Order: sequence, then C-alpha cells, then structure tokens
Amino acid sequence: MKLIFEKHKEGRRSFSYGLLDVGQAKPLPKKYCRLEAAYLPALSELDVVRHYTNLSRLNFSVDTNFYPLGSCTMKYNPKFTERASMFEGFLQLHPLLSQLSGGGMLAQGSLEVLYETERLLCEITAMSAFTMQPLAGAHGELTGVMLIAAFHKSKGSRRKYVIVPDSSHGTNPASAAIAGYEVKVIPTASDGYMDLIAFKKQLNEEVAAVMLTCPDTVGIFNPHIKEITEAAHKVGALMYYDGANLNAVLGKVRPGDIGFDVVHLNLHKTFGTPHGGGGPGAGPVGVSEKLVEFLPISRVVKRNDGTYALDYNYPKSIGYIAPFYGNFGVILKAYAYILALGKEGLIKAAEVAVLNANYCLARLKNYYDLPFDKKCMHECVFSASRQAKNGVHALDIGKYLIDKGFHPPTIYFPLIIKEALMIEPTETESKESIDAFIETMIEIARLSEENPSLVKQAPINMPIRRLDEARAARRPDLRWRPQLSTK
Amino acid sequence: MNFIPHSKQEVQQMLQVIGVNNIDDLFQDIPATLKPKSFNIPAAKSEFEVTQILYKLSLRNATGLVNFVGAGFYDHFIPAAVDAISGRSEFYTAYTPYQAECAQGWLQAIYEYQTIICQLTGLDVSNASLYDGGTALFEAMMMAVRHTGRNRIILDSGVNLIYRTMLYTYTLNLSIEFVEIPVVHGQSSRQDLLKHLDERTAAVILQNPNFFGAVDDYSDLVLSVHKFGALAIASVYPVSLGLLKTPGEMGFDIAVGEGQSLGIPLSFGGPYLGFMAAKNELVRQMPGRIVGSTVDSEGKRGFVLTLQTREQHIRRQMATSNICSNEALCALRAAVFVSLLGKEGLRELAEHNYQKAEFAKDQLSQISGIEVKRSSPTFNEFTVCLSRNADEVVHRMIEKGFACGFPLGRFYKGMDNYLLIAVTEKRTREEIRRLVDSLEAVL
Repeated sequence: MKLIFEKHKEGRRSFSYGLLDVGQAKPLPKKYCRLEAAYLPALSELDVVRHYTNLSRLNFSVDTNFYPLGSCTMKYNPKFTERASMFEGFLQLHPLLSQLSGGGMLAQGSLEVLYETERLLCEITAMSAFTMQPLAGAHGELTGVMLIAAFHKSKGSRRKYVIVPDSSHGTNPASAAIAGYEVKVIPTASDGYMDLIAFKKQLNEEVAAVMLTCPDTVGIFNPHIKEITEAAHKVGALMYYDGANLNAVLGKVRPGDIGFDVVHLNLHKTFGTPHGGGGPGAGPVGVSEKLVEFLPISRVVKRNDGTYALDYNYPKSIGYIAPFYGNFGVILKAYAYILALGKEGLIKAAEVAVLNANYCLARLKNYYDLPFDKKCMHECVFSASRQAKNGVHALDIGKYLIDKGFHPPTIYFPLIIKEALMIEPTETESKESIDAFIETMIEIARLSEENPSLVKQAPINMPIRRLDEARAARRPDLRWRPQLSTK
Repeated sequence: MNFIPHSKQEVQQMLQVIGVNNIDDLFQDIPATLKPKSFNIPAAKSEFEVTQILYKLSLRNATGLVNFVGAGFYDHFIPAAVDAISGRSEFYTAYTPYQAECAQGWLQAIYEYQTIICQLTGLDVSNASLYDGGTALFEAMMMAVRHTGRNRIILDSGVNLIYRTMLYTYTLNLSIEFVEIPVVHGQSSRQDLLKHLDERTAAVILQNPNFFGAVDDYSDLVLSVHKFGALAIASVYPVSLGLLKTPGEMGFDIAVGEGQSLGIPLSFGGPYLGFMAAKNELVRQMPGRIVGSTVDSEGKRGFVLTLQTREQHIRRQMATSNICSNEALCALRAAVFVSLLGKEGLRELAEHNYQKAEFAKDQLSQISGIEVKRSSPTFNEFTVCLSRNADEVVHRMIEKGFACGFPLGRFYKGMDNYLLIAVTEKRTREEIRRLVDSLEAVL
C-alpha cells in the first residue's frame, strides 16, 4: 500500500480550525520560527480515514484471528470496558486539577477508581500496597528493582547483584541493569525448573533480589518455589515476582503468600485490557509491608470522611517514576473487568486458560517435541527440533500458520529451548477455534515430513511474502523522505 | 459475567483428551500449603451494573471547568476521525508486530508515525514510541551518557519539574552527576550554562518552550555544547512545532517530548505518548522498537521491526533500554491527527494557540492586580504575577467555573503569587473575556 505521504495532493485540505475569534497580534519574531513548514501530506478526511482503515485490515488481531502468542495473554478485550473508558468525565480530566489546592474534590471519581483497583490488586496478590504508576510491565520491573535498591540502602546494605534464571523475559535482566545492578544468570535444570544447586551457589549477601516469573516462562509451576523464596530471604535478598503469567493462577496461589516481596502485574495481559498494537499497557507494582514507605509519590488515600486524596507525604519515597498516576485509561478498564468477572470469574478464567493450554499440549505432544513432559499451566512450550531436521524451523511454522489465518505462537522464546513454539490459547478461545489451530499444526508436522518446501515458502496468501529482515537491518530505511518519492 | 465460551460437555471432552478427571488435577503442582489465605473479591456483576457504577464515578469528576491549566499537558480539540481509527479493533486488539506478514497495517502506520515525528522535529530518525515525555527524556539522557562515555548532565531548570524529578528518581543508583541551572526571569541563563560546560559533560538538557512558557532560539548554545563534545537534548511540545524553530534547525542531537497534544485525551494523566527523534549517528543507541522499510521475496515493499539487536529480548542486560510494551495506539492517534491536519492545519493550530494566548495576555495586562511577565516571547502559555497568593486565587476561581492556571508556588519556592496560564485553540474569545472579568473580581 502507498504511504500516506505518497497520497499527498497539493492544495487539498480537510480539517480546519475556522476563523480566529481574536485579533491578530504581532507575529512571533522570525528568529524563533521554523524556517520551513513540516512536510506533511495534504489530504481530505476521507483520504486519511480510508488509508488507515485499509491499513487496519492488514493486521491480525484478537477480534479477527486466533492469537495464541505465548507470554502475551491475548485474551478477548470486552467492549464495555472500552466504552466506560470513553465517558467524558474520565476522558477530559486534566491530571493537574487534582493537585490544585482543594482540587482533589475535582477528581473524586478517578481517584476512587485508582484506590479501589489498588485494593483489589492487593487482595489478588496478597501484597500490602500497590503503586498504579508504572506505565507498562517493564516499567514496573524497573520501578520494583528501584524499590528494592531503596530498601537495601535504608538498611545500609550495599548489594551488587540481581539473580535471574536463563529462561526469564529479557526485560528482567535489562531492568536490573538499568537500575544499576549486575546480573547473575542461573541455568535451567533438565526438569525445566531453575537449577537449585546453581542458584544456591550464587546466592549470598551481595544479592539484592531474585527475579522470577511464576508460573515460569516454560509454562510450568515450580513446586520448589517456597524453598527458593526462603533461601533468598535467609541471605537478606528480596523476591521479585514477574506477573506476566498471573493469568494461570488467579485465585489459585498468591505471590505474597509464597513469600514474594515485590510484584508487577501486566493489566493488559491478566485483566483483559487491549494491547493496542504494542501498548499502552499498565504495570502496577505491589509490595510487602516492609517496602511500602519507598513507593513512588503520589499515593491515593481514602480519608475518614470517605473522600479520596493524593498524598505526597512519604519522605522515604523513591520519588516520581511517571508524570502522574499511571495509565489511567488502562487501569479503569482493568477495574471494570475485575468488577464484572468477580471472584468466580477470575478463578474460572485461570482454570479455563490452563485447561485450553493442556488440551493443546495433549493433542500436539505426539507431533512436536516437548522439552519438559509434564502438565502445563496457561501456556505450553514445544520445540520444533524434529521439524527443523527437515528444514522446517519455528519461523516457517509461524509463517504457514499466518497463511491459514492464525497468529503464530511466540517463537524462539524462551531462549533456552531450541526452536521454541510457545502457545497460549487463553480462556476466551473456544474449543472449535483451538481444534482448527491444532489441526493446522498437525498438518504442518505432516508436511514437514512429506513436503517441507510447502511450509518453507509460506506465506503465499498474504498481501506480501516473507520480508528481507537482513536488508532492513543492513540498510536502515526508517522514515520516508520527500526527495525519494518524486521518481 | 465472563467471556468463556465452553459448555460443560466441552470441558469434559477436553479433560478426557488431557487424561485427567477434573480441572483441579491440572493445578497439582501448586503445593496445598500455598493455597491462598484469602481471595475476597466481590461477586460477579452484569455489564449493565458495572457500566452504571463507572458512569456514576465519571460524574464525580469535574468536567465543566473552563480549562487554562497546561504545564506540559494541554486541552486540545480532537477530531472525530482520530477516535474512529484508533477505535478499530484490528488496531487496538493486536500486539507488537513481531510477525510482519500479518501486521503490515501496524508496521506501516508506525513507519509513517516515525516519519511524522522526524518532520515535526527536523531530525533524522525516530522510534515506535516511548511511555511519556519524562521517561523519553531519561532515555535520551542515557543515550548521551553511553554515546559520550561521560556522566555529567547539565539540566536547565526551565525543564518541567515533573521531568526533572523523574530524572533524579531514575538515577538514584547510577553514577550520574547533575548540575541544575536556575532560570533568570523565566529564561535559560546562557552565562550559567556556558560556565558549567566542560569535557566531562555528556549532555545539556533544555526545554522549548520552557516550563514558564518562554520561547527561545538555542542555536548559539548548541554550538557551544558541541564544542565540548557533549550532546544537546531538547524537550519539546509538538503542537508548538507548527510554528517554532525545530530542534533540528537549532542543531540539537536528540529531541523528545510528550505527544499528548497530538490527538490524545488528557485522561487524568495517561495513557500518553513519549516521542523521540535523533540524528542518524545515534540510531543504534536508541531505545525501543524501530520499524524499517524493506522488500519481500518478490521485491515488493514491506515493513519490519528492525535493528533489534539493541533490544532487551535479544541483548538482555546489555540492551539500550528495558522497554518492551510502548504506547503504539497513542502513536497511531498522533499519526492520524497530524495527517488530518496536514501542513496547513498544523500551522493553523499553532497560530491559533499563539494568537489566543497573546490576546489573553493583552486582556489580562489591562486589569489591576496582574502583571504579565514579558521578558521573552511565549507560545501558548505564559506566567503572570498576581497581587495575592495564586493558590487562593485558583481555589476561588474554581468556584466560578474556571481552572484558571497552574500556581507555580507548588513547584518553585518564592513563586507563591505566580500563575502559569495556558490558552489553547479551544478557548474562545468569550471564555478568555470571562476569565479576565472573573479574575478581576477575585483579585
């Protein structure tokens, strides 16, 4: 499809701000003005709307396709939460109004949403308090690690390391490094769990924290988890819970009960808010009692008279990690989702998410290698090693699935599994759509024996064929330029 | 309510295939001792009930106030087409476009967004978005630290205090040395900035227009910054770039800012949009997703995520940033917004903002008890000094239906009588007149 810049028609005009209803003041002195107007396309409103509408049709999305992208929890995003987020009272509120003197009263509705969501998340995770401010999961991780650093500093303890397993999300070691820590990586043992012996060898009083995903990134629940948290606490290290996989265990186990000290949640995963093509998400961080005083400011408090207010009076707080109170629009949708599902609904979501994943696992285990042969939680991880021997790699499998109308699973993650295929069906997908996906996966397994080239040439049904990624990286073309278009 | 499609029979069939008797058998790896001590979540509600609860809550926010509060976050008009496009679920229920062949819509939209940010800022390259203007500024600062191998940052205090505070929080455990330069009469002090520049300086961070609304041309200063081998970073307000000299024209190496003003609602502080643009030579230091153009196996143009060896999912602790999810949907809104406006519309938007603020200044300067600060030109926001405490005035004005500005005493010592007033294109002549009359009555 042509770029929007290539659709430019000189002299075409659409949106206008109308006549200026105030007089013309002296223009801004030339030296402060841009020399040349920004080169932007001139188009009618229909041109723009048609362009983006047609672009939207080139995407797979949850509303159009089964999207079993492991680790991302691409469940259905209920429409009523979208509508609620569009209520004028929420949409138009300037974030600084509540910081004016007496301004808290101007934002009681939004403050209540933040406060009540925090209370619900505390109960769901068994943590003492949450900051709703982190703007995405990785932002929550960074916030969480900074809280851990503040805690150790307050104890006069200088610690250098953060431990992560080699199966962790890349964001864990990256967040630890950006917060100023060195990273120690623990290998995964042959049973799929973090190698306990290697872990204990690395654990000492220089370790600030251990970051774990639970259930872990290979989709299994580590039954030794309590032993790990106790060992860490014994040397004064704190336990960090990456909540990416919380959807599997809602109401089944709570991070606080296991001994985790810091938790981040991905509201866009667990609580059904849309992923927006890459964001916005929201990554609230919950902490145990001993870390509460370090949480970012402001915090929302409920006063004795039942009203809500912003409180900045936390002298040990790490400060501001976001400009305001978090991605409010996302938090609001998660709140609506939790209210609608209620206790039974949340538990059922976890149960059916796990049921669907185990169903995939059971039906595909004869066709694909299973690195760790046990029941899984909300996602199952296969290896395409068997198919790779015939030249059909995880990437090829993904591309063939695209041709058949399925978004591919997450591929090549976790890094420790060769040719990884990570399938997360989520609880909102029906048996028949999962069956159709499974049949296609079985067909691919068969084709990789009989006619691998059919898989390797995919996709053939899409508007484009496979793209040359090496060329994109070697000769970066990251923007359109006016002079290139005039040929 | 819930969104699970399974019938009881289907659950049974699936359990049978799995080879277990009931769903609890699937959770056997969780030791019994770890079962939740409580799970006191209210019972399920209907869609109607939840909608009513939220609607009533939305009415408990004040929405009727005529808004003159800005301070980095502005009340601009959003054309309906922006909502229509970002409300298409083929956009909003997709995720990061890892699989290019089924995400060309998203990838092309981001490539166009990157181009728009480059056109606005006058710089070479951009990325697929960051969380907000403050985190974008932190990322820019870290780019400069890595690029120069230095750790000293000169920070102009005309930079939004919220962002300065965020920089301090993020660097609590990093060895970054900050030198903060006070503003003089609301303007950056060149003398002070130059005095502190040296060979240890990684970057100088400036904001245009600055927090007090003052517009500047930093070209001379950027030249000096480069003489010391440091980078110049600008935090900018994108709507102002319809009119103001761009960071690129002034020679800045990196421009970042809050993109909320480009078609994104105020929404009590988020979701917003951090944008970033930089010179070509810094592209491999950039954080986050970047979309590039390439060709498919038949030579047809297509778009992919590229230069991924910078990123956390490959480089882990060596990555340029830990960012994964970004604010793509907000970036899409910005792209649609700017495309609808076009070159002329963007200039008109900036012009209306400038003219209305000038009108307000002129009107306000005619009443007693207000001194409009005129030491430098401004764009759509300006500082006034009141004859009494600004906090009290703001409070009284709320009763009269106005959010009349942001009291600077909240952020700056000794500025208790100062008020920062923003006038966007949405404010009518009549609203400005009423603001002036009401202020006169209150003062």
